[in-house]
Amino acid sequence: MKEFQDPGTIQKIVLNARNVAIVGLSASELRASNFVGYYLQRHGYRVIPVNPNEEHVLGEPVYPSLRDVPERIDVVDVFRDPAAVPDIARESVEVGAGALWLQFGVISPEGAQIARDGGLAVVMDRCLKVEHARLLGRMHWMGFDTGVIAGSRQPS
Amino acid sequence: MNPTVAAFEERLANLEGGVGAVAFASGLAAQAGLFFALLDPGDRIAVAKALYGGSTAQLNHLARKLQITLDWVEMDDPDGWRRAVTAETKALFAETIANPGGNVLDIELAAAVAHEVGAPLVVDNTFATPYLCRPLEWGADLIVHSATKFLVGNGTTIAGAVVDSGTFDWSNGRFPSIAEPSTAYHGLKFHETFGVYGLLMKLRSETLRDFGAVLAPFNAFLLLLGMESLAVRMERHVSNALAVAEWLRGRPGVAAVRHPALPDSPYRPLVERYLPAGAGSVFSFDLESGREGGRRFIEALSLWSHLANVGDTKSLVIHPASTTHRQLSDEELVASGVAPGTVRLSVGLEDVDDLVWDLERGLQAARGSAVTA
Repeated sequence: MKEFQDPGTIQKIVLNARNVAIVGLSASELRASNFVGYYLQRHGYRVIPVNPNEEHVLGEPVYPSLRDVPERIDVVDVFRDPAAVPDIARESVEVGAGALWLQFGVISPEGAQIARDGGLAVVMDRCLKVEHARLLGRMHWMGFDTGVIAGSRQPS
Repeated sequence: MNPTVAAFEERLANLEGGVGAVAFASGLAAQAGLFFALLDPGDRIAVAKALYGGSTAQLNHLARKLQITLDWVEMDDPDGWRRAVTAETKALFAETIANPGGNVLDIELAAAVAHEVGAPLVVDNTFATPYLCRPLEWGADLIVHSATKFLVGNGTTIAGAVVDSGTFDWSNGRFPSIAEPSTAYHGLKFHETFGVYGLLMKLRSETLRDFGAVLAPFNAFLLLLGMESLAVRMERHVSNALAVAEWLRGRPGVAAVRHPALPDSPYRPLVERYLPAGAGSVFSFDLESGREGGRRFIEALSLWSHLANVGDTKSLVIHPASTTHRQLSDEELVASGVAPGTVRLSVGLEDVDDLVWDLERGLQAARGSAVTA
């Protein structure tokens, strides 16, 4: 698992990505996918919802699959049953996405390997919002160990 | 959330090697909060018998109020944990170093039993601090602290905390209060939503909200000051304590010294494994002169402070049979693990020669009382 939680890989994805396709983005405000998407929009990312059961989420048109997305995808962020991940990984490779990001509990070693073999950066069992907040210094507010140790307050 | 409290939480989590921490207004509040969050009626927890008296009393009350069952464990018995756990066991709980027996927990053994039944091992690491032992590195899942002791260092602050390793699988089917939708937080599934931070988020947004036992920012500030010198203080605490223990051993009028790092201590192998930098600075010894000798011993001391606290820069001493346990008969005392002549020391940072000079006067007074009794 640690090989798919490399801090350097996480940092590159969070700092360089612009277009994030969220697979399984829910229209319900109570679901983690919805508030992660909302948070990413607020922090300047372009969120591209992928979900065959929705039409508009967070003010964006929803695509039924990754293949239907007409733009470049930097990160495929997955909020789905782990069993669905291998197919999503294959599609991610096919559309030329830059990275496959599997959220908390979306654990699929098979899917991770497919994406890695296809040349994608892969992160597993981590939250894109949490990692963004960690790199921004906001995790300091929650009593979490950010791993960021500095003698002066970091800009946030 | 307050940034000063958060800084304390993050630093403690970092020292323990956890993913995060939640501070509480006291160690007992942290412990009550953790078990309140983890447990449902009908659950059981396996608890070491050698436990801080306040914890024993609290758990007995929680057991009645929450309809949970406590299975008490002889932590020195290698099969003790395994015999105590059942299919309903939701946590194992013990202290790294207990008192007055100086019992040292075999952390890897307890963690292995815990994980066999899908339960977390919770360790009270107050007496060791992460400077002497980091139980999460030996397989423990959660740490509770009374930060009132060595972490703040000088008795200025009451505080506590829970530290989470982030490695326990709360979705193993046994912890619906963390994995299933929370009725106390608009149906949020804490583990699914926050992953490794799930329990900490529940503790902060739900349990701390319900209990209200938040840590005051000024107390967090005092803790941050104290923790800056934790390493140098702990070095002096453990070297002073061992020097005092060695001096006491074989002294006239002293029946037994229970410091786990002494060569003849039964806990010596566990100390070498888990506490290589020292076995803390709280230990007990027995006077031959019993209850009355203990009282005279305490009254003759002038440098040691007569206090029930531990982990202060100043050396503290208490004689349970004439103070905290005075309502018990000699027989009841022995049953509770304390002899009539048992004295507990929390060795501070003073010059060890001064500490020993004062103890010598106490021992003389104790022997005198035995002669005249």
